[in-house]
Amino acid sequence: MTIAWQTSGVLRRLPTPEAASLLDLTHEVATKELRPRADEAEAAAYFPREIFTMLGELGLMSLPYAEQFGGGDQPYEVSLQVLEELSRAWMSVAVGVSVHNLACFPLANFGTDDQQRQWLPDLLGGGLLGAYCLSEPESGSDAAALSTRAVDAGDDYLVSGTKAWITHGGVADFYNLMVRTGDEGAKGISCLLVNADTSGLTAAAPEHKMGGNSSPTAQIHLVDARVSKSRRIAAEGAGFTVALAALDAGRLGIAACAVGLAQAALDAAVQYSGVRVQFGRPIRDLQGVSFMLADMATSIEAARALYLEAARRKDAGLNFTSIAAMAKLMATDSAMKVTTDAIQVFGGAGYTRDFPVERFFREAKVLQIVEGTNQVQRMVIGRSLGRG
Amino acid sequence: MKIAVCVKQVPDTWAEKKLRSDDSTLDREAADGVMNELDEYAVEEALKLQEAHGGEITIITMGPERAGETVRKALSMGADAAVHLVDDSLHGSDALATSYALATILTGRDFDLVFFGSESTDARMSVVPAMVAERLGVAQLTFAQKVDVDGTSVTIQRVTDYGFETVVANMPAVVSVVEKINEPRYPSFKGIMAAKKKPVETLSTVDAGLEGSQLGLAAAWTVVEDFAARPPKAAGTIVTDEGDGGVKLAEFLATQKFI
Ligand SMILES: Cc1cc2nc3c(=O)[nH]c(=O)nc-3n(C[C@H](O)[C@H](O)[C@H](O)COP(=O)(O)OP(=O)(O)OC[C@H]3O[C@@H](n4cnc5c(N)ncnc54)[C@H](O)[C@@H]3O)c2cc1C
Ligand SMILES: Cc1cc2nc3c(=O)[nH]c(=O)nc-3n(C[C@H](O)[C@H](O)[C@H](O)COP(=O)(O)OP(=O)(O)OC[C@H]3O[C@@H](n4cnc5c(N)ncnc54)[C@H](O)[C@@H]3O)c2cc1C
Repeated sequence: MTIAWQTSGVLRRLPTPEAASLLDLTHEVATKELRPRADEAEAAAYFPREIFTMLGELGLMSLPYAEQFGGGDQPYEVSLQVLEELSRAWMSVAVGVSVHNLACFPLANFGTDDQQRQWLPDLLGGGLLGAYCLSEPESGSDAAALSTRAVDAGDDYLVSGTKAWITHGGVADFYNLMVRTGDEGAKGISCLLVNADTSGLTAAAPEHKMGGNSSPTAQIHLVDARVSKSRRIAAEGAGFTVALAALDAGRLGIAACAVGLAQAALDAAVQYSGVRVQFGRPIRDLQGVSFMLADMATSIEAARALYLEAARRKDAGLNFTSIAAMAKLMATDSAMKVTTDAIQVFGGAGYTRDFPVERFFREAKVLQIVEGTNQVQRMVIGRSLGRG
Repeated sequence: MKIAVCVKQVPDTWAEKKLRSDDSTLDREAADGVMNELDEYAVEEALKLQEAHGGEITIITMGPERAGETVRKALSMGADAAVHLVDDSLHGSDALATSYALATILTGRDFDLVFFGSESTDARMSVVPAMVAERLGVAQLTFAQKVDVDGTSVTIQRVTDYGFETVVANMPAVVSVVEKINEPRYPSFKGIMAAKKKPVETLSTVDAGLEGSQLGLAAAWTVVEDFAARPPKAAGTIVTDEGDGGVKLAEFLATQKFI
């Protein structure tokens, strides 16, 4: 089945009527609740917890997960387009939803039945916000070199170390910690699902960032934090596999956020170029400007098509690791280029804080870095070539 | 309690509206269709009464095929069932014809309350609720900013230019609402999924027992002969303060009936 959905210049084909209703709901909430608040909140580095509460109540925080545990049972093809529309209105919020989904991924895909029954309804219920902790000060792209230690203490682990760059650090209700339970290397890593109120777990002050300031990023410090072994997701030593699987899906979320952000920049550039008059006509009618807009639109559609193909492969149960990396790489590079060009279309006005395009530009940059830098995406893609 | 809510699909409030050059009616294809904003408040008020008193809510709409989206939205918000009157012959119907069609559908369906928005954002006649009440021969409680139901009677606060009036009527009654009355909910994803299973009765004018001679553009009591785009905003009035600025300002506000 193909349902056409068109709003504000974006045409989508959706698999079901309820997906169309879902996109309608998303678009309405995005334009009425997110977009009007974004400029001021970003300028004030205000974290809008109440927006996440509302999205949770509406059921938009857990769309890809099983209905039996409170999820929406939606294919990635649909949930990612919801994310894209959220990002079109407010990237920090969309990234927050994506990171929350990333944080639910280990339990939802690798937890035992008991663990899922016990905790998954809370994680997916919409009331809680999650964080995903892989990076450390000394281990970024080389994530398998992480050194946060979980020492065996009978029924518990005692966890010590520092996690870096953690989205929702200090505001999350639960944290997925990738920790070292064994020897050096990828096989010595385990995944723990811990509550924010675990004693010995504290958050540092948020980083001062270039953009995305409504999404707090902070270090998480662990000093002999006691975590029950029952909170380990998957076997000891399987943590890195869990972490990478979560990132495969998470990268698609970042790709969708990038497309939404680029679309917002294009929307603004199209609008402005229609009213700004030079040489006696709207600058949109000058071929040099209209060609720039045409290139922006083309690059956005290409990125959208690529992340949706990756999503459809995932939904069909096919291997999607490499194409997910391609989608993240292409969509985020595209967002960087499109937001840069949007400033160009605005001329001097684009370089001021009177218009949102300079903010979009600052926000695009981070998407080339998170969930694996774009160099790391190329490593993933390169490794897959010549195999099978 | 049985509640009906009449909802209308209108072009997106923020979209530029265009008239068709062929028959001077609104070009409904040119913009996204959304539920008339005040009708969302009407649906919300019905849902609140249902939460407090129980009962069933039926959505009634007259409009083209794509008005089905608006019906689905009302069902996703929580209404129980819907009637959708759709027929090409309805195109161009005026307020009289609209009220005739809605009243005919409501007749024989036995309702305690029929909710309306007090005005649509596209045609803005603000007469359909009163006309429907008149046709049904029931009380009309218009411009409600508060609604209370007690046994067999309904009490509203009716907004006026100066404050509000308290109006009481026996049910069944027609109530039209203003935006002060509540804060409409968004449909949740659960609501969207539940709406799929709710009954929608699609009627043609023949199914509804309507007489064709009273419907459509040909039956309209008035004719749009010509139209022109709204002229650009004129410059405002400038009041220079020569010690009497306050008085002049007050006079201006009085002529505009703001005070
Ligand atoms: C705002 C923000 C939010 C974040 N949120 C989270 C989060 O929630 N959870 C989390 O775990 N992490 C998070 N991160 C961390 C992010 O994933 C890392 O910053 C990223 O993986 C890069 O690691 P690094 O910063 O240590 O850079 P480094 O690894 O030091 O890289 C520096 C440069 O070297 C390049 N490089 C490194 N290795 C190679 C190689 N082999 N080949 C070619 N080039 C290479 C990189 O591409 C980069 O350009 C976040 C980061 C930011 C900025
Ligand atoms: C260009 C143009 C020319 C027009 N010319 C004429 C004309 O010459 N004469 C004339 O009488 N009218 C004319 N109309 C009005 C048009 O026919 C109205 O759409 C119709 O009369 C309904 O009235 P309203 O939308 O103004 O309702 P209102 O009275 O403003 O609406 C109040 C409430 O009534 C309910 N309601 C209204 N319509 C429906 C519906 N279709 N289905 C369900 N509930 C509904 C809703 O609850 C709504 O909130 C014209 C409209 C346009 C755009």
